[in-house]
Amino acid sequence: MKLNGAQILVDCLKSEGVKHIFGYPGGAVLHIYDALNVCTVIDHILVRHEQGAVHAADGYARTSGKCGVALVTSGPGLTNAVTGIATAFTDSIPMVVVSGQVPSPVIGSDAFQEVDAVGITRSCVKHNFLVKNADDIAETVKKAFYIATTGRPGPVLIDITKDATIAEIEYEGYPQTIKMRSYQPEVQVDAEQIKKAIAIIEKAKKPIIYSGGGSVIGNASKALTTLTHNTGFPITQTLMGLGAFPATDKQSLGMLGMHGTYESNMAMHDSDCIIAVGARFDDRITGNLEKFCPYAKIIHIDIDPSTIGKVVGVDVSIIGQVNDVLQALIQSLDTKKLENIDSWWKQINDWRSVDSMAYRTKQGVIKPQTVIETLYEVTKGEAIVTSDVGQHQMWAAQYYPFDKPRRWINSGGLGTMGFGLPAAMGAKLADPDRDVACVTGDGSIQMMLQELSTMLQYHTPVKIININNGYLGMVRQWQEFFYDKRYSMSYMDALPDFVKLAESYGHIGIKVEKETDLKPALIEAFKQKDRTVFIDILTDPTENVFPMIPSGAGHHEMLLAGRDEMASTNDSGLNLV
Amino acid sequence: MRHIISVMLENEAGALSRVAGLFSARGFNIESLTVAATNDPTLSRMTIVSVGDDNIIEQIVKQLEKLIDVVKVIDLTATEHVERELLLVKIDVNPNTQADIDRQIDQFSGKIIDVSEDTYLIEVAGQSKKINEFLDSLDASKILEVSRTGVTGVCQKRED
Repeated sequence: MKLNGAQILVDCLKSEGVKHIFGYPGGAVLHIYDALNVCTVIDHILVRHEQGAVHAADGYARTSGKCGVALVTSGPGLTNAVTGIATAFTDSIPMVVVSGQVPSPVIGSDAFQEVDAVGITRSCVKHNFLVKNADDIAETVKKAFYIATTGRPGPVLIDITKDATIAEIEYEGYPQTIKMRSYQPEVQVDAEQIKKAIAIIEKAKKPIIYSGGGSVIGNASKALTTLTHNTGFPITQTLMGLGAFPATDKQSLGMLGMHGTYESNMAMHDSDCIIAVGARFDDRITGNLEKFCPYAKIIHIDIDPSTIGKVVGVDVSIIGQVNDVLQALIQSLDTKKLENIDSWWKQINDWRSVDSMAYRTKQGVIKPQTVIETLYEVTKGEAIVTSDVGQHQMWAAQYYPFDKPRRWINSGGLGTMGFGLPAAMGAKLADPDRDVACVTGDGSIQMMLQELSTMLQYHTPVKIININNGYLGMVRQWQEFFYDKRYSMSYMDALPDFVKLAESYGHIGIKVEKETDLKPALIEAFKQKDRTVFIDILTDPTENVFPMIPSGAGHHEMLLAGRDEMASTNDSGLNLV
Repeated sequence: MRHIISVMLENEAGALSRVAGLFSARGFNIESLTVAATNDPTLSRMTIVSVGDDNIIEQIVKQLEKLIDVVKVIDLTATEHVERELLLVKIDVNPNTQADIDRQIDQFSGKIIDVSEDTYLIEVAGQSKKINEFLDSLDASKILEVSRTGVTGVCQKRED
């Protein structure tokens, strides 16, 4: 069958089972858009900015577990997409981004809308390809999906020159299988390593499971829950891992790290055996490395060998799909041989009784924590919650207990402001029957506002919970603590009227200024099943995120609300971010 | 410690910059880097000399293995291996120094590959250490130009 490159590309995407593409047209991809136009199987979502396209594909991928797909044109189309690609890369999200490129004969001539796409994206993709011949399109697409979705997932860019999309060739169909000598993601779990891990686990008197994003991405929630229940061990989860193990289960200690619970961080510090599951010892988790888990033997489970020993030396590493490794542990573990850990639980419950998540309410002021708690109540804990980046992100993670994986969608690694709204749109398309809430702030929301327009066009009703405190709150908090309250450029003096703004985009806007109005407003918003509702909530502008491990401190040096109103740090802490 | 890392990678456009980019992005040090095709035209061999403690070298090897174009990574320093580097050096000569220089070239098994009225172009091959010693043995003020290839190397035993 004779087809042009663009038609072949669309057929390949169809064969991969792609149902949604997020994109924006332009000169270099006009042939691809022409081919997409007659394709009835794939819905194309026309975003308003390419960064929004990639974040939406990302939110779609995180919610569904499928590979997200974005399509952008050359030059600025690609450079706008880079932040989205880097966001997906840092959080290991499976994604294929197709970008147009100028015709191959003019590559390198500084042609109109030409950038070196593979060069620019090299350090923030799992892999990338430049395709200059129509003959190479099918195999490249096959490889791209294979690479993006296997092993440790990540974004793959396919940069296709315009002439390759125009050329007509004999198309023999999409390849069924692909083999690459340089990429073999299948890993057999090493039984020896399982034995070594079990020897440590059996001796543990103060064990803890520390689970990360790998448990979510690797669909290991069930196995993680079984292992935790079988062992009776306490479990703490990272920002990226929330939901893999139910937060409301009594064995859950909540989140750990910079804004984790007191009991999680104290338990990590005092533990003699840490089972790290699909986690990468990020600096937001470890705090000061010199003070990190001084007594623990560490077992590290990960699909990516390069995460082993990268930050923290470990005693036993087990390479493999998190799910496979957990299954192997469950099968090999004789729970009768485990130490009695009653006294460990007693200690943990003492730490719990500190109630580090308590916060003080103030008459006449809406506390942001209350907003999240009310959101949880109104959605019965069943919503998909996306977030932007800053204080509101931490409060959402702290006060909305996630019992299921793929319900908490946030940019944990890169910390990309602007992620929340387009990600919510992607999440809604992936799971249309579920309530989707975008928890955001007055700073973050303004970075991707334009997608409100896309959300009307494609009918993706989400509820935007704007924690409006007039400040770039996390910046303000650090300036208060560590820069003697010199609030440099963290106050926004001229915010838009978000209600009118939402209305001008064809959505519903609600402003909440009194605490008594909060719950009724949220109930009303979620009643509007078919509408996007922007709930602008004026919250306490002075509230800080607690508890907190200041930069440079260890897990046992947490600051608690009420007890430590002011955090401080040292010079080495200030040198960290 | 100095390590020689041999990388077999797909002979494709951009593969070299993936490796070079990895080193700069992660702050790894490169002392030298050589690359050329092998007897299999689809494969290139890259030889990298880097300096770092065991943890850093382990990270370098793992990060290289993670690159999709990389087929195989061998830390040659961990096995019995041979390393060679080629030096081309142009120096001033005059009748007073010529005899000394000839002796040094002989001692280091070098070759004079071009002679002009007052210059020698000399070739020396061997381990980097030997090349350093040869350069040190010359009068620095007489050295006009130095070009070194960087290290290449192979395992002595048959590889599987």
